[in-house]
Amino acid sequence: MSDAARPSPARETEPKTAIGRFFDSDLWWSFSHSPLVIIAAIVTVVMIFSAVFAPLVAPCNPFDLAQLDLMDSLKPPAWLEGGDPRYIFGTDDQGRDIFSTILYGARISLLVGFLSVILAMLIGVTVGLIAGYTGGLTDTILMRIADVQLTFPAILIALLVDGVMRGLLPPEMHEEVAIYVLVLAIALSSWVQYARTVRSSALVERTKEYVQAAQVIGLPAPLILFRHILPNVMGPVLVIATIQLALAIIIEATLSFLGVGVPPTSPSLGTLIRIGNDYLFSGEWWITVFPGLALIILVLAVNLLGDWLRDALNPKLR
Amino acid sequence: MLFFIARRLAQSVLVMLTVAMIAFALFQYVGDPINNMVDQDTSLADRERLRQELGLNDPVPVQFWRFVKNAAHGDFGVSYRLRKPVSELIAERFPATMELSLISALLALGVGIPMGVYTALHRERLPSKLFMTLSLIGVSLPTFLIGIFLILFFGVQLRWLPTFGRGDVVHIGWWSTGLLTKTGLQSLIMPAITLAIFQMTLIVRLVRAEMLEVMRTDYIKFARARGLKTRAIHFGHALKNTLVPVITIIGLQVGSIIAFAIITESVFQWPGMGLLFVQAISEVDIPVMAAYLMLIALIFVVINLIVDILYFVIDPRLRVQS
Repeated sequence: MSDAARPSPARETEPKTAIGRFFDSDLWWSFSHSPLVIIAAIVTVVMIFSAVFAPLVAPCNPFDLAQLDLMDSLKPPAWLEGGDPRYIFGTDDQGRDIFSTILYGARISLLVGFLSVILAMLIGVTVGLIAGYTGGLTDTILMRIADVQLTFPAILIALLVDGVMRGLLPPEMHEEVAIYVLVLAIALSSWVQYARTVRSSALVERTKEYVQAAQVIGLPAPLILFRHILPNVMGPVLVIATIQLALAIIIEATLSFLGVGVPPTSPSLGTLIRIGNDYLFSGEWWITVFPGLALIILVLAVNLLGDWLRDALNPKLR
Repeated sequence: MLFFIARRLAQSVLVMLTVAMIAFALFQYVGDPINNMVDQDTSLADRERLRQELGLNDPVPVQFWRFVKNAAHGDFGVSYRLRKPVSELIAERFPATMELSLISALLALGVGIPMGVYTALHRERLPSKLFMTLSLIGVSLPTFLIGIFLILFFGVQLRWLPTFGRGDVVHIGWWSTGLLTKTGLQSLIMPAITLAIFQMTLIVRLVRAEMLEVMRTDYIKFARARGLKTRAIHFGHALKNTLVPVITIIGLQVGSIIAFAIITESVFQWPGMGLLFVQAISEVDIPVMAAYLMLIALIFVVINLIVDILYFVIDPRLRVQS
């Protein structure tokens, strides 16, 4: 049965506004009927919110030296013996409140995650559109590069780009630009996913009549690509972006944990885990465990959202 | 078939040359090799002579050709940081990484495939749902956190297992193995599990998806209609066809295990190539980085080639087409 022959569901009132249409959509229906996804969405929103507004939410600013008291260093979580109710998750070796450092750390992690996903999306979508639309030799070369890169794990590519950038920059600049190096490294390791998806969609789109019409009236290729084809291939791109966000956060944390990511002066969750790792053997487990749990919860929530979005937008994949 | 393999080989050589060019570019444009070899007192004339002796004034293509020739002989020069030949450093650490990777690959397959088959055959049973939830959590767990939590519980709290290093090793020729001593085996347990868990979750999901796909096909229905035993259908007919794509992915997984070993080795201070590579990156030790890059690329290319050829061996339809 073709789409045209299927009777459209009868509705008593046809919603007119964009918001009304959203609440009437399949997407909203599947969202509001899966409790796990709702929880994941709430967790994600709360974590993003508290990370963005960390200076307002956090009990103290862990990087303001005036607020630190070395007498308060290495205190266990509040519910354990020797704990201080002011520091719910305890403190680290410099007397910084773990809860506050987690909020500030999540801020860096999310910043790097979002920036690298946006950059990877820009690179990937552009390459994919050009490859799919022009075809021929350009397409072959671009996709060969993508294929070769895809056989190597993203983490390895990110490590390598990071290493090369470190070599190219003078050592005294490393700390300043570490975040941007990291964003570039993660983006260059993950653009392929977007490129391949967009290319295959663009291959289909370019034969459709609206594209032919645009070509006939003499529109330049870049305009056709970005104004006409792009909006039609964005659906899958958003799904990939959500899943890639979780991956980018993991890669960032891993590189920072390995000591080649964000420097300890403005730590991300990965850097915090690295710092805490040194105290694991002397019994101060909370310095590592709470940032670790925060990282897991964040990634799990984003992954659940990504899985749901993929299934909801494309039921065939289920 | 021969044509296909020849084309694949040509592509592999092209990939290796590309990687060699990247590695060569590292030497050329990142840092000055002379500065890394001499100390501050060396005069400019001496530096110039050294430059001439090492052939750094030759045209770039000549230098590149020399680099490829040396690389093919396993010669990558001397590590800037450790002042030892890179080939020696890699050879020292190669067995540690290979043992860790191999054991965790076996672990991931040995547990992952049965779990995948079970969850596909009994979708509604409680253990299946539990396995699937665990695998989602497994995908979201960064490898290094698994390692840290294992260290915390089994190393620090319970004190059952050693938390770093390889334990005692036995040397057999140039190969050093930790599989023959008690401390060696004990040291292997936690790193192997850490490395295996992520691969395991992928294998469970893959085997499950493939198995579900195969169970829907007509020949399975026909086998049922013939009145074959459920056991025979599941393991004789379904599983065999499931394994075709699974083997391909497993080949590629071996490569990613070696890459993920970098993280595991850092967590457990496992004296393998990955740890060497991470230290090289933070110190910008170009020769070690270049050598590791070439070695990993070689391993990946060889595995890809084997997987492509395996396709032909396993799937008779491909042989007919070509």
